Amino acid sequence: MRILLIEDDSHVVSYLKKALNETGAVVDCSQDGKEGLLMAASAEYDALIVDRMLPNLDGLGIVRTLRASGDHTPVLILSALGEVDDRVEGLRAGGDDYLVKPFAFAELHARLEALLRRGAVDAPETQLQVADLEMDLLARKVSRRGKEIQLQPREFRLLEYLMRHAGQVVTRTMLLENVWDYHFDPQTNVIDVHISRLRGKIDRDYDLTLLRTLRGSGYMISDSN
Amino acid sequence: MSRGQADTDAPKPAIVRQVPRLLRSSTFRLALLYTALSMASVVVLFGFIYWATAGLMDRQIDETIEAEIRGLAEQYRRRGLEGLSATIVDRVSRDPNGAAVYLLTDDEYTPIVGNLSHWPEAPSTVDGWTDFRLRDWGRDKSEEHLARARTFLLRGGLHLLVGRDVRELEAMRRLILNALAWGLAITIGLALGIGLMMSVGVMRRIEAFNQTGREIMEGDLSRRVPTNGNGDDFDQLAGNLNQMLERIEGLMTAVRQVSDNIAHDLRTPLARLQNRLEIARTEGPAQARLAVEQANEEVAGLLTTFNTLLRIARIESRDRRSAFGSLDLVQLAVDVGELYEPLTAEKNQQLVVEATGSLLVSGDRDMLFQVLVNLMDNAVKYTPEGGRVGLYVSMPEGIPTAVVSDSGPGIPATLRERVFQRFFRADSSRTTQGNGLGLSLVRAVMELHSATILLQDNSPGLRIVVRFDGKTGKGEDGSGIRE
Repeated sequence: MRILLIEDDSHVVSYLKKALNETGAVVDCSQDGKEGLLMAASAEYDALIVDRMLPNLDGLGIVRTLRASGDHTPVLILSALGEVDDRVEGLRAGGDDYLVKPFAFAELHARLEALLRRGAVDAPETQLQVADLEMDLLARKVSRRGKEIQLQPREFRLLEYLMRHAGQVVTRTMLLENVWDYHFDPQTNVIDVHISRLRGKIDRDYDLTLLRTLRGSGYMISDSN
Repeated sequence: MSRGQADTDAPKPAIVRQVPRLLRSSTFRLALLYTALSMASVVVLFGFIYWATAGLMDRQIDETIEAEIRGLAEQYRRRGLEGLSATIVDRVSRDPNGAAVYLLTDDEYTPIVGNLSHWPEAPSTVDGWTDFRLRDWGRDKSEEHLARARTFLLRGGLHLLVGRDVRELEAMRRLILNALAWGLAITIGLALGIGLMMSVGVMRRIEAFNQTGREIMEGDLSRRVPTNGNGDDFDQLAGNLNQMLERIEGLMTAVRQVSDNIAHDLRTPLARLQNRLEIARTEGPAQARLAVEQANEEVAGLLTTFNTLLRIARIESRDRRSAFGSLDLVQLAVDVGELYEPLTAEKNQQLVVEATGSLLVSGDRDMLFQVLVNLMDNAVKYTPEGGRVGLYVSMPEGIPTAVVSDSGPGIPATLRERVFQRFFRADSSRTTQGNGLGLSLVRAVMELHSATILLQDNSPGLRIVVRFDGKTGKGEDGSGIRE
């Protein structure tokens, strides 16, 4: 996995570079908007991480230029500007996801994986499967070991999102944005309760637990332990 | 500026020290302008009086003289020199007071007949008018008399002079000029005096404003501009300034309170963080790992607090109305209800959501969702197991209204005013989770939406009513709530 990081805060750069290297990614860095755009245009990357505020050319300018030239490399925009308007602006410019500083690396990593996966999936899926848990997207039915499980519409969306990102960490914020469609900060453990209710429906009667809570980072559905 | 020099200056009375400033003051300049205007009007007034009296008499005398000359010329033409002389003698004898002056001379200016001893030496104008002095005239010989006369050349080289004693006219002219001089002097004196007094009065009031301003700049925010209580424009200005100062002081106090609260409320998690890092440094790997994880959560909590503070500040300071759109309050309530249903079920609480149809309001979808989330959060948090939580959306009196109610302990009326303050928590033991910012954010969003928020007794519990009535987010008493 080859990633280009365009960010002028050298502290963030060294931190991200080290952390991404540990996950096995190769990271190129640029601390200047123009140079970053040149690098992005001249080499093949699996994903770009672009800060909004950069010397010479701002992050949104880079993304717009790339998109205008037909480059569809997934882009994750980093920014200290976190208002809804700012996000919308970032996504309109052609960013695939928007992460507000300060952030935890777990959050960035989870979103990056989701982006890379999105790039890989081309054909629309009609069937999702994790171990013996199956989801039929057309009939909107879920079953485990052939036995149908009744889910509320929101629970279905929640499970669908988790299964689409099977094996990846999904953070609370990702769930809020993608399953609930609102940008807000939950004060308490509302999401946890939804997850545990969903877990009750899909995991309770089976010895293999698929949906797990990862303390401090989020949730993951997977078939390996 | 040398302080020593200022100390050695001889102390002067306040008013003397103020003189240069007094002369520069706008009131005094205005007074000067008024003085000039009054002087101009006095001059115009007296000019008119002069023209209407002395001027009129002047003209009348001239006309009389003209008529008399015409009469005498007629006599001369008809009856010759003798007739003219007889007429003059007759007229002189009928005028013992000497109001009229006559003199007829030959071509050498040698008097023939008349009551004037010799031809006056004063030059005459082209058309024969002349002003001259009369000596030993009238009854009181001592006084000097002035005469105005016209000279006339008759056929045969004779010179005729007909005039009038104008002493009384002169006296009146002097009287008017005197009055004018006095009038001007009094006007200047009065105008300057009153102007000075007014300037001093106004300057005192303004000085009171300045003094208050300086004291406030020096840090005493509790100072207020003194008022006379007579309701004049200065009092109104002072009243408004004082209200403004009141508001500023309130804001300053709030800011100080917030920073105090931030310091106080963040000290605890920071101390815990320190403890955990200490454990991580000294204990074995297993415990260290746990401690680091806990430290991470602590930091996440701190970040959330700061982000919320920033968010409130941004909402309070920025006009985000540009991002407003039309949204369905009913849909919002249904979504919030669905979000909280599992949580209430877990606590065995009865959740009642009453929201049907659709109710469109203008606003920021995410912010309003956050408001309902915060209100529901509190409701669920403070309602005991088996209690009741309600979320209602309706339109009483045509005002879109959302109500969140609970059956918890409620908030005493005395504390209701304070729940919107940052970090305030009615639960003083702080056993429940939360950062005390939820309702501050709610109020900020409500103010942005010009909505009213009311805290009511649900007996038992609390009812929070949010009304999109287009008014400010505060109650009528400005306290932030209305009951």
